[in-house]
Parts: sequence; C-alpha cells; structure tokens
Amino acid sequence: MNAPTTSLRAGPDANGHFGQFGGRYVAETLMPLILDLEKAYTEAKADPAFHAELDDLLKHYVGRPSPLYFAERLTAELGGAKVYLKRDELNHTGAHKINNCIGQILLARRMGKTRIIAETGAGQHGVATATVAARFGLPCTIYMGARDIERQAPNVFRMKLLGAEVKAVESGSRTLKDAMNEALRDWVTNVHDTFYIIGTAAGPHPYPELVRDFQTVIGKEARAQILEREGRLPDLLVASIGGGSNAIGLFHPFLDDDGVRIVGIEASGKGLDTHEHAASLAGGRAGVLHGNKTMLLQDEDGQITEAHSISAGLDYPGIGPEHAWLHAIGRVEYQSATDSDALEGFKLLCRTEGIIPALEPSHALAAVARIAPTMGKDQIIIANLCGRGDKDIFTVAAALGVVM
Amino acid sequence: MSADRLSARFAACAAANRAALVTFVTAGDPDLATSAEILAALPAAGADVIEIGMPFTDPMADGPAIQRGNLRSLAAGTTLRKVLAMVRDFRASDDATPIVLMGYFNPILAFGPERFATEAKAAGIDGCIVVDLPPEEAGELVPALTSHGLHLVRLATPTSDAQRLPAVLSGASGFLYYVAVAGVTGANSAAATDVATAVARLKAATDLPIAVGFGVRTPEQAAAIAAHADAVVVGSAIVDAIGAAAEERANDIPARVSAQVAALARAVHNARQEKAA
Ligand SMILES: Cc1ncc(COP(=O)(O)O)c(C=O)c1O
Repeated sequence: MNAPTTSLRAGPDANGHFGQFGGRYVAETLMPLILDLEKAYTEAKADPAFHAELDDLLKHYVGRPSPLYFAERLTAELGGAKVYLKRDELNHTGAHKINNCIGQILLARRMGKTRIIAETGAGQHGVATATVAARFGLPCTIYMGARDIERQAPNVFRMKLLGAEVKAVESGSRTLKDAMNEALRDWVTNVHDTFYIIGTAAGPHPYPELVRDFQTVIGKEARAQILEREGRLPDLLVASIGGGSNAIGLFHPFLDDDGVRIVGIEASGKGLDTHEHAASLAGGRAGVLHGNKTMLLQDEDGQITEAHSISAGLDYPGIGPEHAWLHAIGRVEYQSATDSDALEGFKLLCRTEGIIPALEPSHALAAVARIAPTMGKDQIIIANLCGRGDKDIFTVAAALGVVM
Repeated sequence: MSADRLSARFAACAAANRAALVTFVTAGDPDLATSAEILAALPAAGADVIEIGMPFTDPMADGPAIQRGNLRSLAAGTTLRKVLAMVRDFRASDDATPIVLMGYFNPILAFGPERFATEAKAAGIDGCIVVDLPPEEAGELVPALTSHGLHLVRLATPTSDAQRLPAVLSGASGFLYYVAVAGVTGANSAAATDVATAVARLKAATDLPIAVGFGVRTPEQAAAIAAHADAVVVGSAIVDAIGAAAEERANDIPARVSAQVAALARAVHNARQEKAA
C-alpha cells in the first residue's frame, strides 16, 4: 500500500496558515480588502491572459530568465562543491524584488486600484515598486525608515527620479518594520483606491502566498537550468533571508526533492550572543506582527525588539510565515552569517568573479564559503545572487574604514 | 460582582435616554502612578465606560498621538502585568464602571491567552478589544475569554459591507465598536450624517449597544454622535492632552484630563435633550 504523499508545496491552507504560522491578523477595516485581494488573485491565477502578460513583462522588461552562472574561480578558491550563482542581480533594477512588483501591479490594475504604496528597507523594493508604478503610470508613495534613508541614499534618489514620493518614517526604530507599520496605516486610511505592494513573503494572507508565487520564477528557472547544464538536481541551495522572498522563490520548486539540502541564511549582525542581530528563527519566538503569525524578535512581554544587520534589507525582526513553518518541520535548515562574515563574502565575490554583490546575498555567499569546502567536488550548490551591490558601496566603504 | 458591568451600564444609560461616554487612555502614560490617578478620576468626571490601552511597540492601527502614548508608557516600564495590577487597585474603590482593555494581540499571546483571561477577570476587567485579531483568527483567544465571562468586543467599520457584517457580528458580545472612519486613530472626524446612517444599519443587524469612535475630539463632535449612537468613544484627544501636559512636565495632569472629560461628558449626556429642545 502506498502512503499518501503530501507535498510540502501545497500550503497555505484556506485561511492562509502554514502550520501554526501565517493567517490574517489585521484591523477589521482591512479584512474586506484582503479578502478581495485573495479573490482577485485566485481569479488571476486561473487566467491565461494574466500569465501571458506577466511572462511577457518578465522577459522583455525585467530581462528574464536570469542566467545560472557557474562560478569557476570561486569554486576553485573554495576547493569543494561546484558553485552556481542564480544571477537575479542582473534583473532590471538590480534585484529579485521586481519579479514580485510586476506581478502585484498587474493585480492592482486588475482590481481597478489607482494608487500604489510600499514599504522598503534597503530601498530595492522601493525602487522596484517605483519602477513598475512609472511603467504603469500610477502614483506611488514609498515608506522608508529615516535610518535606512541615511544608509541607502542612492536608492532614495532613484525612487524620486522614478516619480515616487518617499516618506521618511521617524517612529520606532526608524527601519523596515516601522516603514511597514506606516504603510499599513496609509492603506487603512486609503482603502478605496490604494494597492499595497508588500515587498517580501510576509504580511497577512494572501501576501506570503502571492509574493512567493511571483518569486518562484527564480527556482523554476534554476531547476530547469541546472537540469540542462548538469543533468541532475543540485545538492544544496543557499539564500539569504530578510523577510524571505528571494529564499522562498528559489527553494519552493525544490521542496519536494528530498535529495536537495536547503539552507536559509539569517543575518546575525554583531553575533547571535549579542542583542544586535536580525535572526528571528535563531533568536525569536512565535508571535503576531504585520498581519501574520511568525517567529519574531521580541522581549518576554511580547514587545518587538529592534533588529540589526549591516544590510538594510535583512534588518527586520520577523520572517515570512512559510519559513517559520519550514523551520518548524525541519525541511529547511537555517543558519546565520554576521556583518563581518557578509563583508568577507562580499569581498570574495568581487575578487574571484568580478561581481559586486549586494550585502544581502553576501550573507549567503559567506555561508557558501563555509559549506562548499566540506562538500565533494562533484557536488553542486546553487546560491541566490539576488541583488547587486552598487547601492551598498557607501556602507561597505564605511565598514572597511575607507573615506570616499 | 455577578451582574455584567457592561450590560448594566448600557442599560442604565438607555433608561436615562442618554448616550454613554467611553474614554480611552493608554495605561502607564505618561507613567504608571499618574496613569492610575487619571484612571481613578475618570468616573467622577463623567466617563461611563473606560477603555485602557495596553501599550505595544508597533501599534499599526493607531495615529501619531496614540503611538506616542504607547512609547511614553513603554519607556516608563509598563508591562501587561502592571496594567492588570492598576485595574485591580482601581476596583478597590469602583466596582461598577466597566473596563475594557484595548490593544494588539502579541503582548496577550506572550502572556498566554489562558493566563491573560484568568488574571484579567480577577483584576476586574470586563472585556477586551484586540485590534489585529479579526474573527477569523480569534479562536486562539475567545475560548479563554468566554470561559471567564469576558467579552471580546468586535469592530465594525465603513468597509464592513453586507457581505462582511455577519462575520463581524457572529459571536460579538458586550457592545459593538463602530470605527467611524477608515483610518487610524486620531484621523479626521466622520460626517455626522454618515455616522447616523451607519448606526441605523448596524442597529438593524444587532441588539448590541453601538459605540462610535475614531475621529471624535471635541464636545461638539461627541454630541453630534451621541444623538444617534449608544456610546461615543474619545481617545486621541485625551491622549494628545496627556502628551502635551507631560511635555510641559505639568503636575496636574489628572485634573486636566478630568476637566476635559467632564466637558465631553456634559455634551454626550445632554445631546438628546438639546436635540429635542
Ligand atoms: C538584494 C536583496 N536581497 C534580499 C533582501 C531581503 O528580502 P527577502 O528576504 O524578502 O528576499 C532584500 C531586501 O531589500 C534585497 O534588497
């Protein structure tokens, strides 16, 4: 008798839960809206015209498929498994964020919404949102923590060039979580005309599902590309995790492939033994924030504590609910990399491959540098190079003590 | 106390043909001692029902005034345990004024829903409003509250259309809180005619008392709503005044709040007579 095989790719359930995580923890004012969004998304998924337009834009506007690149000198330097990089940093706007933004703005248009809002941390999601808003001729407001505005100045200017209004968020820790609070406040105030493009695989259902679906283009391409190139699946996938969208995008199409080891890398900032990190799985507890139940950095009274990472895009005290679940069931392994690990990963890729990575995937590269030498030369790693580092050169210069 | 304080108070107001004034303050704002004094003075000033905010770092349904109140309170060291202790002290001298806790789910979850319900009941709490816990997710809290006779007050909003309203009302108890504007607390006020229409629509769907809040700041605005609703909720205006007084380092914050609440209470309590006259 065959045991029923249950796919790990079937979630969430009808109420948006991945195991005990996920759900819709929002103010009542927003409930009818997210139920509408769920309905619109279900209809869009079944509409071939929606997919045709999405695919066309991904190909001709974003520049997909992104290459799967064999990093030969990096591999030689590490002396172990073959390292492939999924080059999503080559996308228009320089990161994976645009994959999701294109999908969501098509949904916004389908729903007749005429105004776009978003939160941003590193500014990559803000830039990607401002980009698609310009492309579709919709006014756009981006919420960004005042502290992130200081450390990501080039992206702030990009958003403004693209016609977006950038609103500095001065509340709380003045970073990504506060920007998300402020975007939710805007949404609840402007429910009639506004579409909120959430930038990571978190938030109230159906966002974690739809952001994941739009990002799985990464994993679907990578799967086909490695099969074509190597004739087999990889042994290991590695991706960095802020909210978890680039990671779930790469991981999801492989979740049912038992032979593929999957590792997500949280940012451990100044170290897991300090309070200055952003590793919500390693250092958090289950809780509710920003519309979903997930693992959160919080104190014993349930107050959210501030995250820290050198990378503004990973500087978030939570994580998408599907990762919280994959962690709980043990399908995905979660490790971490510190600020200084990430800087080493950053320099390593610059030096060996002539690619300047963003600080977010530099965390994944640090993990690759750690794991690859322990693996055999016939084994294969795919790491998600989900963003390019132009935006980070000032941060890196400051960290390396260089005056520009 | 065996009878339900909320239903007793709403019944008394209805018998007197007047609306109830519901006042909101954040517990521990600007500090616990001052907050306890403010609380103790509210019933005499004319508050019929007291809503007490449980502070949270990320109050995403609140505007700047209540966000700042939350941060002042947390900076002063307020915890859920201390909030409950403050209510227990209040109950030593007032066993009639209903008290409803208002806040976000995470601090309750961290405390433990069952422990929260047990200790809230023991402290003399009558119910709670959990802003980010819609009916779909309330299963984690409702059984604990119900088994201790505590109400989970539901919120209806301008976006609660005919399709959504049954979900909001199913299992609702205590009273129904109508959020008069789509927005955060402290937003602009809703037009009185819109409120009247909404209250009529809700009354057709439920027998629960209807309290209207969000955007009610002045005695005039409160009176306009009191003509139609069973209760009027004023929050940000009071929290704003506490914030301003705290900034001045005033030492008469409770007296100032009492004066403000008294003016609101006069307007709310007399609204129907003045309208009829
Ligand atoms: C290049 C890049 N990678 C990763 C992230 C983190 O987000 P996520 O975990 O959703 O991929 C960001 C966020 O700004 C980013 O810009």
